[in-house]
Amino acid sequence: MSTTTEPELGAGPEPGSERRPPGRLDRLRRPRRDGRQGVWGWVFVSPMVLVLGLFLAVPVIMALWVSLLDWDGQSNPFSGAADFVGLDNYQGLFAEDGLTRTLFMTSLRNNLYYVVLAVPLQTALALGLALAVNQQRLKGKGAFRTAFYFPSVTSSIAVSTVFLFLFQSSGAVNSLLKWVGVQGPNWFTDARGLVWVALDWIGLVDPSSPPAALADHGVLGLSWWEWLSGPSIAMCTIIMLVVWTTSGTFMLMFLAALQDIPEAQLESARLDGTNRWQTLRHVILPALRPILFLVITLGLIGTWQVFDQVYVMSQGQPANTTLTPAFLSYNMSFKDAQYGTGAAISFVLLAIILVMTGVQRLVLRERDGRRRLRPRRAAR
Amino acid sequence: MSRTKLPLVACGLAVSLLATACSSGFGQGPSQVTSGKQEIKVLIATSGSPETAAVKRAADAWAEKTGNSVTVDIAQNIDQQLGQAFAGNNPPDVFYTSGEQFPTYAQRGSLYAYGDKLKDSKAFSPLLTRAFTYDDKMFCAPKDQSTLGLAVNTDLWKKAGLTEADYPRTWDDLARVAKKLTKDGVTGLTVNADYNQLGAFFKQSGSWLTSPDQKKMTATDKANVRALAYVKELLTQGVLKFPKALDSGWGGEAFGKGKAAMTIEGNWLAGMMEKDFPGTSYKVVPLPEGPGGKGTMAFTNCWGIAAKSRHQAAAVDLVNHLTSDSSQLTFAKVVGVMPSKQTLLDKYRRQNPESAAWADGASYAQLPVSAPSMRQVMAEFNTSLAGLADKDPAELLAGLQKNGASVLGGNRR
Repeated sequence: MSTTTEPELGAGPEPGSERRPPGRLDRLRRPRRDGRQGVWGWVFVSPMVLVLGLFLAVPVIMALWVSLLDWDGQSNPFSGAADFVGLDNYQGLFAEDGLTRTLFMTSLRNNLYYVVLAVPLQTALALGLALAVNQQRLKGKGAFRTAFYFPSVTSSIAVSTVFLFLFQSSGAVNSLLKWVGVQGPNWFTDARGLVWVALDWIGLVDPSSPPAALADHGVLGLSWWEWLSGPSIAMCTIIMLVVWTTSGTFMLMFLAALQDIPEAQLESARLDGTNRWQTLRHVILPALRPILFLVITLGLIGTWQVFDQVYVMSQGQPANTTLTPAFLSYNMSFKDAQYGTGAAISFVLLAIILVMTGVQRLVLRERDGRRRLRPRRAAR
Repeated sequence: MSRTKLPLVACGLAVSLLATACSSGFGQGPSQVTSGKQEIKVLIATSGSPETAAVKRAADAWAEKTGNSVTVDIAQNIDQQLGQAFAGNNPPDVFYTSGEQFPTYAQRGSLYAYGDKLKDSKAFSPLLTRAFTYDDKMFCAPKDQSTLGLAVNTDLWKKAGLTEADYPRTWDDLARVAKKLTKDGVTGLTVNADYNQLGAFFKQSGSWLTSPDQKKMTATDKANVRALAYVKELLTQGVLKFPKALDSGWGGEAFGKGKAAMTIEGNWLAGMMEKDFPGTSYKVVPLPEGPGGKGTMAFTNCWGIAAKSRHQAAAVDLVNHLTSDSSQLTFAKVVGVMPSKQTLLDKYRRQNPESAAWADGASYAQLPVSAPSMRQVMAEFNTSLAGLADKDPAELLAGLQKNGASVLGGNRR
């Protein structure tokens, strides 16, 4: 483009370029040409930049500002009518003993257990499903793929409502359990943590009188006993639901990656005498690593932001064991008109997601010998 | 160079665009439109199409009479929608305001105080007038009221060998009949695990969770502990179950399905029973007396007018029409709520003898906690009430006392 519009620039240096060392030429010419191309590039993407900026970046910055205010939603937060309180809202979440901190810490605990269970389960299930429907010999592949993908395209609100009926105390799930002789719990009112249930079951601890060492001491507004509760029975239903609905989407991603693995590679693995497990472990999984990273990242982000299932199914109940930061942020803002605290929660959530994703990147990299070496060299 | 600058420029442009959009949105005081045709926007949270139709009809009648126009909008979640409207500086002129939300709105200056401009402000029940008074100013006209009564499934009652003479008058009576009624898959009593319903027991025990002016928490009062201990006793005996344990969303549902023989609910129960469970015969009797005497809970809404409305005079006129005797009696008939005017309660009682127990309750009822920022505290209390069976009542109330005191004491922003 620059050669046609600005002939003197395009024609001028061209003959000289043969005499000059190429490195120097690059340094001289690139900024100019790239700058010009850059301008056009920006012109072309400007509609999208404007839209994204206006509806994504600016609101995020506004929310960040609101998180520093004591704002009740009654005035313009940018006019100075709302008190600027600095980091008080964040302090209320971490440092001040009170209901707000207790609720926030409870929500963090719940969501942590939720992530720890949901992400591995959904990733494993999605991989399993993808491997299953990728089989050469499987008949009716299309039907299976559709069936497995179906929950993902169904509205989460609709799925949640169906689950509400399934998991009623006299619902389908408990009827099935009864059939095999198990008395199912009253799923949505059972606030007992899984760890508590397990400890009770093996007869180690009686949940109604927890060991004083754990129950009487704690950190950040919750006792150790509460921190170690594990996900409640009610939370487990939400975990099951999410694993079921999201595994379809992730299955599709795994499937696309599986089909990208060259047949020759698998063929040569077979010629080398690997069994199916070895093929999976040493050929397929390494080839899937980028997708695995994608799936786990998306899973982490999605699970830390869980909202609609909680909103529909439990509203944080029973005993706040399904309360999540996203839901708490909504409640704080729109029900209690504490928009500052609500916004602060969402930024803490953002920080958690960023840190988690960073950690996960590190962990997934470490196993790869080549990639681990490069940054070290660069650092030197 | 331009590579780094352009995004900045784009962002700057977006910010300035947004700033202009905002600055036009937030003005100072509203300039009143007093002459010409007035366009009034009304936002209501409806219990169903009969209520919507009744409000629309009443509003249309006023519009026709005065030559103005009224639009009635239905809110899905009125608290949230009003919050957004106030923040966006474009609130509806007239809207439902619940007794619980009122102090929050009044404190923030969202409401126009028009109590002194009401035609018959003296006719309203004193309890309700007090509920909508902030800083000694009556802000808005009570729309209606509801109280709690004890609904009894008469078929199950007879089946258990009980007669009309057995309608419980005391806590002991209640425990006794609940025990008798609990059999064959039926639970004697179901009550929402919510202080809006269970709160009646505190009142009957002779106390309440806060001081009358809501400046101090009194949750740990011995009478309150006694009330909660009584409820826990019923729970542990299995004669009282919370609706969720009966696969129901609320007490009325479990009652209508016949899973519980008694429930404690308000006037809205009548409309629901007629619509969803027309075959269930039931009777509403006054709540039993506790050691502290009679007690029930009252709920109310008012017709709020926005401080930022530009049609305040016309809006007050509309509210005067909506709270006229004939409008109130129509709403009572259609919606099932009780008139907010003391003067109309007798007439209501005569017209709806089956709701007499609810109407009687209006004279000794307690309004829910409504001090600003208390919603979260009370929600947390409700959460803990759901687990009452495994908890110590005194400890539970101590938690409420602590959380509440930090709000009312002004420790929290």
